[in-house]
Amino acid sequence: MTDRPIKVIVAKPGLDGHDRGAKVVARALVEAGMEVVYLGLRQTPESIVNAALEEDADVVGLSILSGAHLTHFRRVKELMDEQGLGDRLLTGGGIIPTKDQETLNKLGVGRLFGPGDDLRTIVDYIRTWAAARSK
Amino acid sequence: MSDKNKWDDFYRASELRDADFTSISGNTLKPLYTKADSQALEGEAELGPPGEYPYTRGVHPSMYRGRLWTMRQFAGMGTPRQTNERYKFLLTKGQTGLSVAFDNPTLYGWDSDHALSAGEVGKTGVAVDTLADMELLFDGIPLDKVSTSMTINAPAAWIFTMFLANAEKRGIPFARLRGTLQNDILKEYIAQKEWIFPPEPHLRLITDLMAFSAERVPQWNTISISGYHIREAGSTAAQELAFTLADGFTYVERALKAGLKIDDFAPRLSFFFNAHLDFFEEIAKMRAARRIWARHMKERYGAKNPRSWLCRFHVQTAGCSLTAQQPEINIVRTALEALAGVLGGCQSLHTNSMDEALALPSEKAVEIALRTQQIIAFESGVANVIDPLGGSYYVEALTKDLENQAEHYFRRIEELGGVVRAIEQGFPQKEITRAAYEYQMALSRKRKTHVGVNNFVNEGEALEIPLIEIDETVERDQIRDLAAVKARRDNGAVHDRLRDLEKAAAGPGNLIPALLECSRLYATLGEISRSLTRVFGEYREQPFF
Repeated sequence: MTDRPIKVIVAKPGLDGHDRGAKVVARALVEAGMEVVYLGLRQTPESIVNAALEEDADVVGLSILSGAHLTHFRRVKELMDEQGLGDRLLTGGGIIPTKDQETLNKLGVGRLFGPGDDLRTIVDYIRTWAAARSK
Repeated sequence: MSDKNKWDDFYRASELRDADFTSISGNTLKPLYTKADSQALEGEAELGPPGEYPYTRGVHPSMYRGRLWTMRQFAGMGTPRQTNERYKFLLTKGQTGLSVAFDNPTLYGWDSDHALSAGEVGKTGVAVDTLADMELLFDGIPLDKVSTSMTINAPAAWIFTMFLANAEKRGIPFARLRGTLQNDILKEYIAQKEWIFPPEPHLRLITDLMAFSAERVPQWNTISISGYHIREAGSTAAQELAFTLADGFTYVERALKAGLKIDDFAPRLSFFFNAHLDFFEEIAKMRAARRIWARHMKERYGAKNPRSWLCRFHVQTAGCSLTAQQPEINIVRTALEALAGVLGGCQSLHTNSMDEALALPSEKAVEIALRTQQIIAFESGVANVIDPLGGSYYVEALTKDLENQAEHYFRRIEELGGVVRAIEQGFPQKEITRAAYEYQMALSRKRKTHVGVNNFVNEGEALEIPLIEIDETVERDQIRDLAAVKARRDNGAVHDRLRDLEKAAAGPGNLIPALLECSRLYATLGEISRSLTRVFGEYREQPFF
């Protein structure tokens, strides 16, 4: 494993303006020693994956509370695979029904978090994933 | 030795629970409030009777004995036809006002067929592209009898002209329309994040709308200055109070600068607050809001008409307090929050449904939410007496404390050069994010409790309530209907009126008449947005956390 900190892109795709969760998680990841690039609101799948490429990010985290999660996660995953980022973690959170989480997990999207999940659970999940990857 | 001192000794000698006794906003609280805490606050200058300056005890002399608050459930889903059915359902269940929730593309001023609307049409509210959708949305609803609130901000002016054009077609005079347009762009930059242009052109449109309505739609509340979204973004109670009222002062100053007379527009300014979980803090916040607003309007801006001094407000229970876990217990949270709204003296109230941390509300869930208001109004007895908590040592001290905290924020905003400059520097945004993070950490460390989330958790719980889903046919149908409208309208005339609008936008005149012209001819929301954007430009946020 290299010494560089885990690098995470945090973004809000689509039109959803609810950025409380994204900002709070971003801050928790920084406090946990990760490097966070927060892209902000109204990102497109293209702008997110481009940023992931440019930043050589380990993790892409999307926050979606608008109901458009299937559309956005699917498209970001496709683009990540096309751009050779298939080995990076795509995770995120929002208001995402279990059924849809399962659909997305099958497409290779990582764990998805919801309201009330402990910040430390998210931090631990990313750390565990990164440790497994560097083995 | 007085009884107080004796109590003090006993209290100090007591063993206390290992718990955090601060408010949900982190305010330090005493274990007991006594006459000494509220003595200075009992004078007429601070309280006064209800319906009299400074209105701490309520905006009307008779409050709920005269008229109950309006029971107004925020609703919108899928297509205008589906939402119209929901409105009719709510009205048959005893709702007394309507409140429109628009979908995300509409909130941004985009049409349903915009490339970036994909996946979002009808998902979190109703899609409205043209006057034709407005016609369907309110079909069969007596707009001259039921008041209508519309939660729309960036494109508020042209959603309103579509609403007006619909009333016109149905032969309802503008003067008989009652309702509220949210139309509060400053809190968009601070919290809700749905804007189109930079602040200045948006502020101009707001002033134009105030001037137009003062003359033509006199019963309409032209703005609902909103703390709700600021609180949902994670602010404290004091921040919600301070940023909302500071936004209000800004709108007043802009309208005065545009040459409007304060008593012509100020009576139609209204407010919107959150009712969060900390019961007494919320009641105190609402009482403080009335007192602060009255004082500033009278003393700072010189308003003479007592109606200009009134902070009339809508309340919605806190969406962010709802849990996806054990959703049925949200009914209880909402009941407590709604009670705080009523004891705080709200003019209208929305109660959240138990399933709203998971989806838009089902019929069953929204019915229970409405019934909650009816229980408070008709069973609990709290509506029998005006401001029943007035004079409570604790509530009066807390009201004063929140007022002081708000005044402190007003000074800081002033130092930064006013609200618009403060937003550009990210001041309110950073204050809110810090408060949100601190609360989340308090939950993580279990210093604060959210039942079912960080304590009293049901391991491996299964969801036992039905949820509604907005399926993909909604987007398809809405796009098809939009294409049909474009095919049958007079496209030449639409084109000409849009060009007139663009010209008007480049000049100094009031834009509402030109917007109304476009709306009458079924110009789309997105076409109007694009015409104005060519003149006004787009706003880009500097992201930070």
